[in-house]
Amino acid sequence: MTSPLEQKKIRITGPSMVTANRTWDGVVIYRTSKHGWSADLSDAAIVRTSDEARALLTESIADDVGAIGAYIAPVEIKEAGEIRPGNLREHIRSEGVTIDLPVPA
Amino acid sequence: MYAYDELDRTLINERVSEFRDQVKRRLSGELTEDEFKMLRLQNGVYLQLHAYMFRVAIPYGTLSSEQLRRLAHVARRYDRGYGHFTTRQNIQFNWIKLAELPDALADLAEVGIHAMQTSGNNTRNVTSDQWAGVAPGEIEDPRIWSELLRQYTTLHPEFSFLPRKFKFAITASEHDRAAIKVHDIGLRLHRNAAGETGFEVLVGGGLGRTPFIGKTIKPFVHGHDLLSYVESILRVYNQYGRRDNIYKARIKILVHELGIEKFAQEVEEEWLQMRDSALAIDGSVIEDLRSRFSYPAYEKLPHMPDELKKAAHDPHFEAWRKNSVFPHKVPGYAIVTLSLKPVGGPPGDATADQMDAIADLADKYSFGEIRVGHEQNLALPHVARRDLPVLWKALDKIGVATPNVNLVSDIIACPGLDYCSLANARSIPIAQELTRRFANHETANLIGRLHINISGCINACGHHHVGHIGILGVEKNGEEFYQITIGGRADEKAEVGTLIGPAVPYAEVADVIEDIVEAYLALRARPDELFIDTVKRLGVEPFRERVYATR
Repeated sequence: MTSPLEQKKIRITGPSMVTANRTWDGVVIYRTSKHGWSADLSDAAIVRTSDEARALLTESIADDVGAIGAYIAPVEIKEAGEIRPGNLREHIRSEGVTIDLPVPA
Repeated sequence: MYAYDELDRTLINERVSEFRDQVKRRLSGELTEDEFKMLRLQNGVYLQLHAYMFRVAIPYGTLSSEQLRRLAHVARRYDRGYGHFTTRQNIQFNWIKLAELPDALADLAEVGIHAMQTSGNNTRNVTSDQWAGVAPGEIEDPRIWSELLRQYTTLHPEFSFLPRKFKFAITASEHDRAAIKVHDIGLRLHRNAAGETGFEVLVGGGLGRTPFIGKTIKPFVHGHDLLSYVESILRVYNQYGRRDNIYKARIKILVHELGIEKFAQEVEEEWLQMRDSALAIDGSVIEDLRSRFSYPAYEKLPHMPDELKKAAHDPHFEAWRKNSVFPHKVPGYAIVTLSLKPVGGPPGDATADQMDAIADLADKYSFGEIRVGHEQNLALPHVARRDLPVLWKALDKIGVATPNVNLVSDIIACPGLDYCSLANARSIPIAQELTRRFANHETANLIGRLHINISGCINACGHHHVGHIGILGVEKNGEEFYQITIGGRADEKAEVGTLIGPAVPYAEVADVIEDIVEAYLALRARPDELFIDTVKRLGVEPFRERVYATR
């Protein structure tokens, strides 16, 4: 779970996506294959090589108005093709906090 | 309470207008994120995992009921109905929208609250003893000096771009409730041998990646020299502090590398040049500040009123009174701590409904005043002892009367990986599990005073280094692990805890803490020997053996 802030070199070892936060409200978003953003992880564009990851990240960072703090994160692809977060940090970003909020949403 | 003057109000309102324009330009693309980041940080706006986080300052931990109601309003209107009180007398909102932040700031500004310098490489919120002005035996109210420093450091151009963040804490009591020894500058108000009032100045304390206990750089500085001396320290830091490495940029590293004697010499040379400058504080300035603090018109009341005698028959009330009610400097009054550590709850969180209810109770029973402590609890500082029974029932009804203040379940914890983009591991679920394990009040009382502090990463927002038991979340091969330290403390005898052994996985943390507590109960010399004293007497080895013998 290396902090994205420490993510220096782009080298991926498995399926990955690019994620960020939406600028105006901070909501977690994922870069899609249609060069846009979605709040749904299942819409994320999946990359499998470092070159693909670099290209996707470059394109994501270029959208400075729409998104903030873009970075590459691992995903798991389930047998049915379902995209799941690849680590606990991304699980929490995707599914929400692991505790009951003081005021139910 | 401190009454803002026209200058304060203008400053805050202008800041809101300025930030509104900056946000507008950011959202239109006129400002890039690189350009905007520093601006938002200087207004307390971080980006966390799920959203922006908005940190609001509560200078020296003092709030009016009107201000607390407004914080509740912000929680309800702009966030998700709750806020998180931090270890530095701030409140954080975790789900704020950037587009709505200027409106939230404007709403807060109406009641004299702001978020200036709650982030960024500048001087942060000046913190103090949450019992300031009401603690028995206090030299004088440290908030007057805190307010002086707040005014002096706010938007100070020379200290707006320091090598790294910079934190002040002030106490005026023998017992340090403000953790001054783990701040960049710690100030202890005391009297010298001649009976004059002044400050012991400590420098270079801090936690994070490289913890240090602050060192005394000058045992006594007169109040009229305080600003010139503090400015001398900041100037030396500004000149020599490292800007090439964020991990070595805090003043504690500079003090460590130069040595306290050399650092003190540099400060002294700087000070001699400016000691008698415009920074010398005229007594009238302090008197003006003092006059802006209003103090309640206390009544002459009995120490043991009939209401209290009658309530003493209720064991639940007595358990709470013995745990959460503290002596006040005025006879017939008490300081009441409100526990924000319910069993199974996130430490330091309060809902908007709770905040509103506490504000109402403050109006009714505490002259409209509330305090925020670095232990992530609140306090009502002026409660008539005759009102304690009825207040207790009201506090219990809203869930802030858990009788666990200073006990094992009064846990300090950062937001951890559930919220924070820097965290490696979760803090809150660990705290919640521990509060369940130690939910039995009799057991907790048997254990006695024991502070557990949890941080989700090495940045140490949960002050784990100075917990009697410290828990630090780390990441190993994608899994959450936790390092355990014991023997730390944040008071006038501050010490950094000692690691007891290899990190343990998430699932084992609560068991390990139970083992440590059981070892303490077996090892303590007598029932009133505190955990921290047993560790001091025996060292960590017996605890290490107990924890790792079967692991």
